[in-house]
Amino acid sequence: MSTTTPTPARSGAVKAPGGAPDGPGGRRRKRSMGKQNLAGWLFSTPFLVLFGVFMLFPIVATLLMSFTDFGQRHVRRPLEAEFVGFDNYVKLFGDEQFLKALFNTAYFVVVGVPLTIGLGLLVAILLNNGIDRARTFFRVGFYAPVVTTIVAVAIVWRFVLDPSDGLIAGLGAELGFTAPDFLGSETWAMPSLIAMAVWRNLGTVMVLMIAGLQAIPAEVREAARLDGANAWQELRRITVPLLRPTLLYTTVITTIGYLNVFEEPFVMTQGGPSDATLTVSLDMYKQGFSFFNMGYASAMAYVLFVVIMAITVLQLRLMKDNTK
Amino acid sequence: MSAAPAAQAAAPARRRQRRMSKPALYVVASLGLLVMATPFLWMALSAFKTKKDLTASPPVWLPSEWTLQNFRDLLDQLDMPQYFLNSVIVAVLVTVCNLLFCSMLGYALAKLNFTGRSKVFGIVLAALMVPANLMVLPLFVLINQLNLLDTYAGLVLPFAAAAFGVFLMRQFMQAIPDELLEAARMDGAGEWYIFWRIVIPLVKPALATLTIFTFLGSWNNFIWPLIATNDPEKYTLPVALATFANDPNRTVGGANGMLMAGSLLVVLPVLVVFAVLQRHFTQGIATAGLK
Repeated sequence: MSTTTPTPARSGAVKAPGGAPDGPGGRRRKRSMGKQNLAGWLFSTPFLVLFGVFMLFPIVATLLMSFTDFGQRHVRRPLEAEFVGFDNYVKLFGDEQFLKALFNTAYFVVVGVPLTIGLGLLVAILLNNGIDRARTFFRVGFYAPVVTTIVAVAIVWRFVLDPSDGLIAGLGAELGFTAPDFLGSETWAMPSLIAMAVWRNLGTVMVLMIAGLQAIPAEVREAARLDGANAWQELRRITVPLLRPTLLYTTVITTIGYLNVFEEPFVMTQGGPSDATLTVSLDMYKQGFSFFNMGYASAMAYVLFVVIMAITVLQLRLMKDNTK
Repeated sequence: MSAAPAAQAAAPARRRQRRMSKPALYVVASLGLLVMATPFLWMALSAFKTKKDLTASPPVWLPSEWTLQNFRDLLDQLDMPQYFLNSVIVAVLVTVCNLLFCSMLGYALAKLNFTGRSKVFGIVLAALMVPANLMVLPLFVLINQLNLLDTYAGLVLPFAAAAFGVFLMRQFMQAIPDELLEAARMDGAGEWYIFWRIVIPLVKPALATLTIFTFLGSWNNFIWPLIATNDPEKYTLPVALATFANDPNRTVGGANGMLMAGSLLVVLPVLVVFAVLQRHFTQGIATAGLK
């Protein structure tokens, strides 16, 4: 590649691939295009090969597996798995454990996403309006949970929430209330996981929101203030409408992330007590890698994927319409 | 739980007619920060507590007696240096691969006109959105078939070229003026030379951002190393820690201190690196997230 011959005067007009108008010097441009074609594909090859082998192939394979009885013995001999049609999918919707996992995942998303977005927005506004000293310090502090290992975070939270010698239990003892056995109670286990997820993901939302807030021209705010808008009016009439693209983006990525929730329940509760924190991803992992019902687990993966796609499309529609 | 006080603290900001005064703003932000930092503080302090302090009820904040026993026990019972080494090797390999492959494709997408470019970019965008759940089952079968379970290759290859990195590099490389590359082409430079000698030095800040994100992503990665390793010799730090935490046979009480010590050892390097390089984080998120 490094021996490419000189390619004179490629005019700046050639921008769109393949759509170049053939003006004077077109032949030379074509030769240059040929060179760039080759180079372009060579530069793309490593990514495309890795993508093909480790992403595209598995995605297709999951779909195929979801129509088979793929089990433990097929890990060594994948091709011997038998085609079973839609059996796995039919079974799924009669599987009470899976339906519970669907409900739990919905619970996690419906409560967790608005909390994360709302608090992230509040922190962003707080840090963007008036915190100039130690600004970095505050941002690093709020973002720190995002960059830490989920395993360590989960371990720490387990001890914070411990009913006998945990931090909250201790605070409760001093203030005169008895803290529940957060992770051991069917009622409190899920809210505890949600609280941890909000704590952990707040920083991402905050950073995105700050970037969005800084894109709002100062003149707009000043005009609003001159017209006598108070803080609440400014938030509702100026900040939120102008922040809509950022809000949309953060809502969509947070929702997708929360629909896939796996690590929090895996490390904190293993899905218990009595499946109160079993999510779809965790159910899939258990079916696939603990019981090796890989065909069945693949069907779960696709059901979850379809749900994610549908919700994402819905969110994009709804929030776009609002701007009109 | 931790989120609720922050919400209550921030609520008055809405109701006030006048803007909040500076000191009040700082008080609210500091309270929020304290809530965010509490689990970390709790972890750091507990790592140095004795068994007696750890099981005290009600719990004590400060260790009545500072001890390193938890760290000694941890190193005694778990092969922490080996796990640390595994984590470092995997993270370095993943990062090097991503830096090279993502900037190569990023360059092609930003600066080379080739037929099918928009299709390749479409693939990158689609790959950004694919959840891991959709791949992990056959990926395990594939890696097993390739005899790569319990190998570094098995841990690295599925993450060797992330779509996020391609997207990030493309965004940055688009800002390079075409004239510069044209001039080099007129002087007879080949595309590889241009990429390596002109483009790469110009996007060093983006490479720094990508390095941090990729390294941390790999360092914190949990699900795949958990699936792709059976041999404790090849465990990464998070897998080793989680396995230990979920082991029903570990001795109660004293093990809690070890877990806190272990968590501290895993988290501390990350927090230090992050605090030093935080500028690159926020830039990276803002660029890759919103453009």
